[in-house]
Amino acid sequence: MTGAEDFSAAGELVCPAGTPAALRTAVEAGADTVYCGLRNATNARNFPGLNFTPEELQASVAFAHARGAKVLLAVNTYPPAGQLALWHEAAAIGMRAGVDAFIVADMGVARHIAETWPRARLHLSVQAAASSPEAIRYYCTHFGVRRVVLPRILTIPEIRAIRREIPCEIETFVFGNHGLMVEGRCSLTNWLTGQSTNLDGVCSPAAEVTFERADDGTMRSCLSGFTIDRFAAGETAGYPTICKGRYAAPHRPEGYYAFEEPVSLNLGRLLPELMAAGVHAFKIEGRQRSKSYVRQVVGAFRRAVDSIRSGHDPDLADLVALTEGQKETQGAFQTKKWR
Amino acid sequence: MELTLGPLAYHWPADIRRDFYARIADEAPVGTVYLGEVICSKRAPFHEPDLPATIERLERGGKRVVLSSLAEVMLKREREATAGLMAAEDHEVEVNNAAGLMDRGRRPHRIGPFLNAYNEATIAWMAGQGATHVCLPAELPGHSAAVAARAARALGVGVEVQVFGRAPLAVSARCYHARAHGRHKDNCQFVCEDDPDGMPLLTLDGKPLLRVNGIQTQSESYVELVEALPELAAAGVSHARLLPQAVDMVAVARVFADHLGGMCDATEARARLAGICAGVSFSNGFFHGVAGYRHIARLGTAH
Repeated sequence: MTGAEDFSAAGELVCPAGTPAALRTAVEAGADTVYCGLRNATNARNFPGLNFTPEELQASVAFAHARGAKVLLAVNTYPPAGQLALWHEAAAIGMRAGVDAFIVADMGVARHIAETWPRARLHLSVQAAASSPEAIRYYCTHFGVRRVVLPRILTIPEIRAIRREIPCEIETFVFGNHGLMVEGRCSLTNWLTGQSTNLDGVCSPAAEVTFERADDGTMRSCLSGFTIDRFAAGETAGYPTICKGRYAAPHRPEGYYAFEEPVSLNLGRLLPELMAAGVHAFKIEGRQRSKSYVRQVVGAFRRAVDSIRSGHDPDLADLVALTEGQKETQGAFQTKKWR
Repeated sequence: MELTLGPLAYHWPADIRRDFYARIADEAPVGTVYLGEVICSKRAPFHEPDLPATIERLERGGKRVVLSSLAEVMLKREREATAGLMAAEDHEVEVNNAAGLMDRGRRPHRIGPFLNAYNEATIAWMAGQGATHVCLPAELPGHSAAVAARAARALGVGVEVQVFGRAPLAVSARCYHARAHGRHKDNCQFVCEDDPDGMPLLTLDGKPLLRVNGIQTQSESYVELVEALPELAAAGVSHARLLPQAVDMVAVARVFADHLGGMCDATEARARLAGICAGVSFSNGFFHGVAGYRHIARLGTAH
C-alpha cells in the first residue's frame, strides 16, 4: 500500500462492487475507484451471494490496478467484544491483496490498522457518523484518517463550511439507496430480526422478508412477520426496509411514511455545486445491484464528471434518466426543510 | 452494582421535569443521575435555566450528577453546546458524540451509549484517552457485554448497561415528530412535548412497534433486564441504568434496588414492574442475542 500517494483529482468516482464481476464492470465503465467487502460480518453489506473471498479480492485488485483504478476495502462494521480476530484478519487480507485504502468506522479497528500498518490509508466510513468538523478531526488526529465519507444529512453550504475546517478529503454519496437514520447508529433491523446492522452488517435481511397476499388482493410486505407496508391489488410491492415503511400514529390512523418514502438519492443535478464545495469523491451506493445497473450508473456519472472537469455543463438528462419513473430525492443536500 | 438514572430522552414541560427530579433527589434509590439534553438541541433552552437548581437538589439528595451531551452534533448550536459542556470542570460529563471527544481531549469523561463502544479494543483506546466509565450500546448481546465488562474493569473503567426503559434504536437528522404533523424541524413548534413517553407507531395491521421521540426512534416495549442482573454483576458491570419513562420512576428504582438487595426475587420484581408500568410490554431480546423485541424467560422459553 502506498499511503502517501495521492488519489485522483477532485471528482473521483467511487463505485460499488458487490462481486468480482461487478468490480470489472465498474472499472470498465470508468470508475476511478471501487469499494468492496469480504464475505462476512466485517462489512456493512453482508448479504448472501455478495462480496469477495480473499483470492477474489487479490485478483480483483490486480485487475483494477492494471487499469489504473483503485480498490477500497470496507471493514466498516463494529466488532462485538470477543470477536475482534475476524476484523483483524480482514485487514490483514486487505493488506496482502494490496488494497489502496480501508474504510473503517470502529475506533478499535482504526487503531489496530494504524498501528499495525502505519502506511495504510484510512477512510472514515459513513458508519462512523462523523457529521461535524470536531468529530472528523478526532479521527484524523488519532488514526490518521485521510478521507471522511459524510453522512447524507448535510446541505451543500454546510459541506462547504466543513471542508474549510478539516484536514482530510470529503467523499459524499451522490446516487442510490437513501438511508434515513444516522448510519452506524441504527438498531432497527436488530430489534425485529436479531441481526445487527452495526455488528453483522445486515439491514432488513432478505431471509426475513415475506410478501403476503390477502383475499381482497392487497399485499403486505413483512420483515420477521411484522407488516412494514401494504399495497393495493396491482400496485408494485416494494422491499420492506423498516425506515421506508408505512405506519399508523394516533393522529395518522390511515398510515403514512413515518420516516421517508421509498426514494432513491440522485444528486446528478448538484454535481457541479458539490465539486465547487470541495467534495473530493462521489460515492455511488449499490453493492447489492446488478452488473447492468453498475454499468449504466457508473457510465452516466463518468460522462458527467468528465464534462465538468473539461469546463462543460454535464448532460443532466442522462443522470436524471437513471431514476426516471422512480421517486428520487436530493435528500438533505438541497434544503434544510428535509429535516 | 449501583443503580443510575439515565438522561431524560423526552421533552417534558419544565414544571413536570422540576417535580420529577425533586422526587428523584428525595426518594429514588439511585446513586448517579445523568442530566442534559441528549436528543434535540432545540429543546435545551427550555430546561437549561433550571439546571443549576436541579443539580443542587440532586446533590443535596446524595446523588452524583453527570452531564450528558448530544447524540447528534451537526449544527453550530450543537457544536457550541457540546464544546461548552466539555469545558465543564465542576461536574463529570458523559460524551455521546465524537465531537465531544475532540473537545474534551484527555480530561476525564464518561462514554455514553451513542458512542458505539462495542468491544474491548475500542474501550481500551477510549480509556487511554481519559474515559473513566462506559455505557455499552443497548444492542450488545449479554455474552459480548460480559467480555467488554471484564476488559473495562481490568482497565479500571466503570461499566454501565441499560436495564430498564425503551430501547434507543436510531437517531436521524430529520425530526419524525415534526414530520408526523406535516412540519419540518425548523418549525416543529415543539410538538414532541405532547408525547411524554414517545409517539406510538403501529404497523398497518395495528400492532404497536416503535416510538418516535423527535429525531430518535425507540422501541415500543421497555427493556427489562431484572433476571440478567446477577450475570451482569458477575461479569463486572458496575452500574445498571434506568431510563426515565412516563411511569413512577421512584417505584421502578425501588424494585431494582430491592431485587439487588436480595429483598425480592426476580419473579416478584417483574410482577411489581408490570404493575407500575400498566399496559407496557417488556423485552430482553438484545441481551439474549435474538430479536430485540422478544422476551426470553429463563430456561430458554420464548414468550
